[in-house]
Amino acid sequence: MELFTPQISILEMSYILASVLFVLGLKKLSHPATARSGNLWAAGGMFLAILFTILFHKKEGEHIGNIPWILAALVIGSIAGWMAAKKVKMTAMPQMVSLFNGMGGACAALISMMEFPHIPDALIARHGMMNGETFTILMGMMIGSVSFSGSMIAFGKLDDRIGDIKSRWLRSFNLTFLVLLVALLVFLLFQPERPNIAWIYIFAGLALIYGITFVMPIGGADMPVVISLLNSFTGVAAAFGGFLYNNQAMLTGGILVGSSGTILTILMCKAMNRSLLNVIIGAFGGSKGASAEEGDKTVKEISLSDAAVLLNYSQKVLIVPGYGLAVAQAQHLCHELDSLLTSKGVEVKYGIHPVAGRMPGHMNVLLAEADVPYEKLLEMEDANKEMANTDVVIVVGANDVVNPAAEEDPGSPIYGMPVIKAWEAKNVIVMKRSMAKGYAAIENNLFYHPKNRMLFGDAKTSMQKLIAEVKNL
Amino acid sequence: MEDALQFFYTYREAIFIIILSIFLGIEVISHVPSVLHTPLMSGANAIHGVVIIGAIIVMGHADNILSMVLGFIAVVLGTLNVVGGFVVTDRMLEMFRKKKTKN
Repeated sequence: MELFTPQISILEMSYILASVLFVLGLKKLSHPATARSGNLWAAGGMFLAILFTILFHKKEGEHIGNIPWILAALVIGSIAGWMAAKKVKMTAMPQMVSLFNGMGGACAALISMMEFPHIPDALIARHGMMNGETFTILMGMMIGSVSFSGSMIAFGKLDDRIGDIKSRWLRSFNLTFLVLLVALLVFLLFQPERPNIAWIYIFAGLALIYGITFVMPIGGADMPVVISLLNSFTGVAAAFGGFLYNNQAMLTGGILVGSSGTILTILMCKAMNRSLLNVIIGAFGGSKGASAEEGDKTVKEISLSDAAVLLNYSQKVLIVPGYGLAVAQAQHLCHELDSLLTSKGVEVKYGIHPVAGRMPGHMNVLLAEADVPYEKLLEMEDANKEMANTDVVIVVGANDVVNPAAEEDPGSPIYGMPVIKAWEAKNVIVMKRSMAKGYAAIENNLFYHPKNRMLFGDAKTSMQKLIAEVKNL
Repeated sequence: MEDALQFFYTYREAIFIIILSIFLGIEVISHVPSVLHTPLMSGANAIHGVVIIGAIIVMGHADNILSMVLGFIAVVLGTLNVVGGFVVTDRMLEMFRKKKTKN
């Protein structure tokens, strides 16, 4: 503990204020009307904590040194972070969050790496390596490293740079690996003397590899849940740093994110009606629906002109967008079709599934970007209520969120997941590139439904052609 | 056993804060609508960038080239997390406000 000085007192006060701002920021972030100011409050708290740390922090009576270098690093990081965040496309937002999360994890791991040689000799002489300081350093290193490499893989998957490896082998390997990692942690803690630094590098290396193998077998569709989980991991890693430095701002900030991130992860899983364990172990892929009867299932196609006529003479149209829409960058065209139909007296609404897109709420952000008015977006329950009165449902680039198997087939992996009941409308048009399966890799019986007709092609081109056809009518 | 008890005693205040913060974190966001899941995750992501304080401390007391270099990298990465995180969240939420004013 540092002795009392006015500066230390001011520093601690700034940390309390920062913690309060973090809590209020998070609170405001969870209400639509106040969300934006909440983000600014939290940012204000962060600025305060950083500024006062540089000004007043003391360790064994010494002020923070190397200030020019610290400022240089802050400037470089700020400019790079700002540019990246401003330039990224709205569709690529989830992977950006993952990338930033990885940076935080790496930062935590690096801190532990540097602090390890500074564990006081007196402490080791008294307790060996089994002491609080060593434990927090090793935990921070392990969790930070896993979070870093895991986030990088999640980033790669969302950015379509890395494919899925779904092998049972990798899963059992993972479990063994985790046991190995924890065993090494315990082994290091039981050392009577400071072990060779090489052990620490090995430990960090294993943690990095574990992060990779942990995320690798999890499907691309589940990445939001994984990012949220890794987000809370980084929070915990930051909190271990706070423990180490007895720093209240790091402690509260880290733990807040750790616990709220965990809850958020669970909420996301709930929206998909799955458990977290189910996501991590990955029940999806490969498993077939129990009643997946093969045979005389026929798919009907619809021509562009028929689709245009059908839409033109409808009264109520519901558009169900999915990630395919985002990938094809067709959200603006979607809005164009919507305005065109509206001008012809058709009532157009959007049905948004809670997990449509790559992250919950992602689709709302994308449609808002395309200037779709807020009141046109219906939440799933409201969309389902109006379904029977809806003349046409257009499914654009969505698949699993309109799969009737979730209601009808108890053997299906998505059974019980709430879905948009497109099949209850009078007509369904599914715009899709091919008959390929969705992310959950399961058959979608909606495609074979008597009410459904397929409009094959890239969402963007089909949408353009459809707009042209409707205009010609 | 005594080691564990001593550990607890040394860190009792931190442990106290941790436990209360866990409940606080759960309480604070438990009623978030699913529309806000993404921005909330992104905002929380920026908040754990508070780890940068550790990076500043460690770099502020770095006494050799290796820790200077590692510290420098750590501060840059931490800043990326903080600044990028808050800016990205703000951009997402800007979209929400835009459609609010359209009503």
